[in-house]
Amino acid sequence: MTARGCTNTPVLKERGQREVFCGLTGIIWLHRKMQDAFFLVVGSRTCAHLLQSAAGVMIFAEPRFGTAILEEKDLAGLADAQTEIDREVARLLARRPDIRQLFLVGSCPSEVIKLDLARAAERLSAEHAPHVRVLNYSGSGIETTFTQGEDACLAAMVPGLPQTEAKELLMVGALPDVVEDQALALLAAMGVGPVRCLPARRSADLPAVGPNTVVALTQPFLGDTHAALMRRGAQSLSAPFPFGEEGTTAWLQAIATEFSVSPEVFEAVTAAPRARARKAVAAQAQDLDGKSVFFFPDSQLEIPLARFLTRECGMTAIEVGTPYLHRELLASELELLEEGPVLSEGQDVDLQLDRVRTARPDLTVCGLGLANPLEAEGLATKWAIELVFTPVHFYEQAGDLAGLFARPLRRRNLLSGLAPRVEAAE
Amino acid sequence: MKLTLWTYEGPPHVGAMRVATAMRNLHYVLHAPQGDTYADLLFTMIERRNHRPPVTYTTFQARDLGADTATLFKTACQDAATRFQPEAMIVGASCTAELIQDDPGGLADGMGLSIPVIPLDLPSYQRKEGFGTDETFFQIVRHLAKPTPRTEQITANLIGPTALGFRHRDDCTEVTRLLADMGIGVNVVAPLGASPSDIARMGAAHFNVLMYPEHAETAARWLEREHSQPYTRTVPIGVGATRDFLAEVARITGLPAREDSARLRLPWWTRSVDSTYLTGKRVFIFGDGTHVAAAARIAREEMGFEVAGLGCYNREMARPIRALARDYGVEALITDDYLEVEAAIAALHPEMILGTQMERHIGKRLGIPCAVISAPVHVQDFPARYSPQMGWEGANVIFDTWIHPLVMGLEEHLLHMFRDDFEFHDAAGASHHGGQHVPAPATSSVPSDDKGATATPVAAGDAGSMPAEAAPPAAVAHTTPELADPTAILWLSDAERELKKIPFFVRGKARRNTETYAAQRGVTSISVETLYEAKAHYAR
Repeated sequence: MTARGCTNTPVLKERGQREVFCGLTGIIWLHRKMQDAFFLVVGSRTCAHLLQSAAGVMIFAEPRFGTAILEEKDLAGLADAQTEIDREVARLLARRPDIRQLFLVGSCPSEVIKLDLARAAERLSAEHAPHVRVLNYSGSGIETTFTQGEDACLAAMVPGLPQTEAKELLMVGALPDVVEDQALALLAAMGVGPVRCLPARRSADLPAVGPNTVVALTQPFLGDTHAALMRRGAQSLSAPFPFGEEGTTAWLQAIATEFSVSPEVFEAVTAAPRARARKAVAAQAQDLDGKSVFFFPDSQLEIPLARFLTRECGMTAIEVGTPYLHRELLASELELLEEGPVLSEGQDVDLQLDRVRTARPDLTVCGLGLANPLEAEGLATKWAIELVFTPVHFYEQAGDLAGLFARPLRRRNLLSGLAPRVEAAE
Repeated sequence: MKLTLWTYEGPPHVGAMRVATAMRNLHYVLHAPQGDTYADLLFTMIERRNHRPPVTYTTFQARDLGADTATLFKTACQDAATRFQPEAMIVGASCTAELIQDDPGGLADGMGLSIPVIPLDLPSYQRKEGFGTDETFFQIVRHLAKPTPRTEQITANLIGPTALGFRHRDDCTEVTRLLADMGIGVNVVAPLGASPSDIARMGAAHFNVLMYPEHAETAARWLEREHSQPYTRTVPIGVGATRDFLAEVARITGLPAREDSARLRLPWWTRSVDSTYLTGKRVFIFGDGTHVAAAARIAREEMGFEVAGLGCYNREMARPIRALARDYGVEALITDDYLEVEAAIAALHPEMILGTQMERHIGKRLGIPCAVISAPVHVQDFPARYSPQMGWEGANVIFDTWIHPLVMGLEEHLLHMFRDDFEFHDAAGASHHGGQHVPAPATSSVPSDDKGATATPVAAGDAGSMPAEAAPPAAVAHTTPELADPTAILWLSDAERELKKIPFFVRGKARRNTETYAAQRGVTSISVETLYEAKAHYAR
C-alpha cells in the first residue's frame, strides 16, 4: 500500500443522466433536528410530491415542512410572487406560533424564474423579528444533489451566527440527537469544551463563531458550510470522518491534539468504546470479509464508507462513485483508502449500470430507484438513503453501520433455497 | 401560490410515467432536472417493480441553462432510442423544463427518428397526476391506434389500468373472467402490459371496458368517435355494480348477461348474523371519484352502513360526486387539502373511514378505524396475494378488507361481557388492533371540580378494545381545539357514570346523540335525565 492511498488516483468524471435526489430531500432530517424550524419550499407540485415520497409515511398531521406551490398566475406575472410569499408566511406563522426559524427553500422552478428568496427572507425577517428569523437557501436539483441541501442550509445560517472570541469546538452536521450526545459525552470526558453544535436543536442555542472557533465536520458533504465558517475566521481540523472505530478515533484524536488532551486521558476515555466498536464490527464483518462492493453516487458519504468497509470489514472496493468529490475535505480519507477502486464523480447512470453488470460485485450500494431492478438481476444491494437516515456515526454505531451492509448478504444466504424467480410487479 | 403539506396527486408527468411504466417497449424521454428522478422509486419501491421505469431524464443543471439544454434533450433522445430500442417514444417536460420552453415535441420531431415519437403537453402548473395519466394514454392511443377489422369472436379492450394503480393488476384478471363467463374475449389490456403494437390493434375489439375513468375516459371517448367502439360506463366494483356491468355489456354486445357468481360470498357473509353489528355504522368515504362512488353504493346497499359523508380529491370527478352526495343526503367534500379532509372527519366523527393512505393516517390520529379503498398508494396496497376490487372476488375482498379494522360482532359482545374481568378490562387496551390506544386525559367535557375524581376513571373506562370508541368525541376536541364546539357541553359526573354502563360499542353513539340533543335544546350540562331524554328522542 502506498502512503498516499487514493490521493493521486485519477477520477472518472461523468456527465450524463444522474439518478439522484435533489437537495430538498435534506429537509426530511433537518426538520426533525431543528425542532423549532419550519422549511417552506417555494416550488412546484413535484417538490411537494418528492418530499412526501421521500418521507415515506405521513406521521405528522402538520409536518414542519411544506411547499408553497407555484401556480399559473404566479408564472404569468398576474400575482406578485413576493406578496404571495408574504401572505403564505404570515398565515403559516399565525398557525404555528412555535416556529422560531423559517427557511425559505428555493427549488428548480423558483431558481429558473429567478424568484429572489433572499430579498423575501430579509423583508420577512424584519417583519417577524425578533420572534422568527427567516433565512433562505436553495435545495434545487439544478444546483444541489441530495446531501448538498443540508450543506446549503447550514451555510445559510453561518453569516447570522453571533461573533465570539472564545476557543470553542464547533461540531458541524445534523446528527441524530443520540449520536450527538455520545460525541459530546466523549469530548466532555476528555475535557474538551465548550462544544457547540451546528445546527443546534433549538434556535436559542445557536452557536457563536470567531477566530478561535475550531470546526470539526461530522459529514463529508459540508463544503460550503466549511467555506462559510472559514470566512468567519474559524479554524479547520483535517481528519477522517467519524465512521467506524478507526475513523472515530482519528477524528477524536485530531480534536484532542488541538485541545491539548494528554495521550493518557485520550486512551482512558476511548479505550472501552474502541474495544466495543471493534468487537461489534468484527461480528458483522464475518459476512463482509473478502466481498466486493460497488458504490453508485448518492450522498458524498461514499469515500469514507469505502474506507471503513475496506479497512475495517475486509471488503474490496471496485468503484466508488460520488456525486461530488471535495478533495480538500476528503484529503485524510483519500490517503487511507487503498489504491485499486475506480473513483468516479458525477454520473451517467446507463454507463455505470453497464460497469456494475460487468463487475458483478457482491454488494452494490445504490439509490432506491436502482436497488430492486439490480436485485432482480441477481445483484445484492444496499439502499444508500438508509446511510443518511440511520444513526451510523461514532463508536457505538460502528457495528450498526457494518450491519447495514452485512444484512443484505446475510438475507441472501438465508433465502438461498428459494428459486430466484423474480416476478414483474404488474 | 398555495401552501401544501401533503398531496393526493403528484405532478402530471408522474401520471405520464405511470402510463409509460405500465407499458412494454415504450420509452419516455423527460426533460427534467436531476431531482425529478426520485419518481423512479415510487415504482421500484412501492410497487416492488423489478425494472427501472422506462424513463430517460435529461437531468440538466444550472450551468446548462445558459448553454444548450435543447442539445442535451436531443442527445438524451438519441441515446435512449439507441440503447433501449423502443417501438415508440413519448417526450415531454417536467415542471422546471416547462419554464425553459425547449419544446421537446418539436425537437424530437426534427430528429427524424425511425419510430413514432409522441409529444406530451402536460401543464405542470395547472393540472395533476390524474390528468397526466388520462392525457398520456389518450395521446398514445390517438397516435398509434390504427383502423383494424373487428375480431371474429366478440372481444373487448380493458382500458385504464396503469402502474401504481390501486389493485389494477388483479382487477384486470377479474374483469377478464367476468367477460369470459359471457363468452367475450379480451383483445388488448392497456396501458398495463401493452406494447405500442398492441395499441395499434385496439380497433379490433368490439367495445372498450373503461375500468378507470380517471385514466382512460378521454381515450374511450376518442375510440368511440373514431373507431365506433362503445364503452362501458359502469365500473364493476361491488355486487350490484358488477351485475349492472354485465347487463351493460349484454346491451352493448347483444349477448345474454351470464353470471357465474359461484365464488361470490359477500351476500351471505353480510347477511349472516355476525354481521348484524355492521348495521347503520357511520362511514366517511374519501378517495378518487371512481372508487368513492363504488364504495358508497357498497356501503349502503351491501354492507348496511350509513354514509355519513363522502368526497373526492380529483376535481375532474367533482360533478358526479356532488350528484352522488345529494342522493345520499350529504354534502360532497371536493378538495385536495388534506387538512380540510381531516377537519371534516373530526367534525363528523364517523365510526369508520373508507379512504386512502392519507385518511388511514387521519384515522390513526383520531382513533377511527380505516380501510383503504383508493390511490394514492402505499407499499401495503400491493399485496402478494390475489386481491382485486372488481367483480365477484373483488366483492369478497372488499367485505374482508372493510370489516378487518373492526371488531367482529360476536367478539364485541363477549368483550363487553368480560369487560370488568381483572385481566380483560377496557383499560388493558386492544389485544390485536395495532397497539394500545391511550385514552385522552381529562377532557373539557368534565366539570373542573370533578376532574380528579371522575375524569381519570372515565377516560380509562373508555379505552375499549374497539378503536372507534376508544377516542370519544371529546378526545377529538381535545387534540384539535380549533374544531371544538365553542359552546362546550359539560357532562355531570352522574351522567358520565351512567354513560359508562352503556355497552362500549354503542357508547360513542350515545355520547354523540346526547350532546347533539343537548346542543339543540341549549342545554349546557348533561344530567342522567338528559341522557335518557336523548335516548328516547333518538329511539326508532
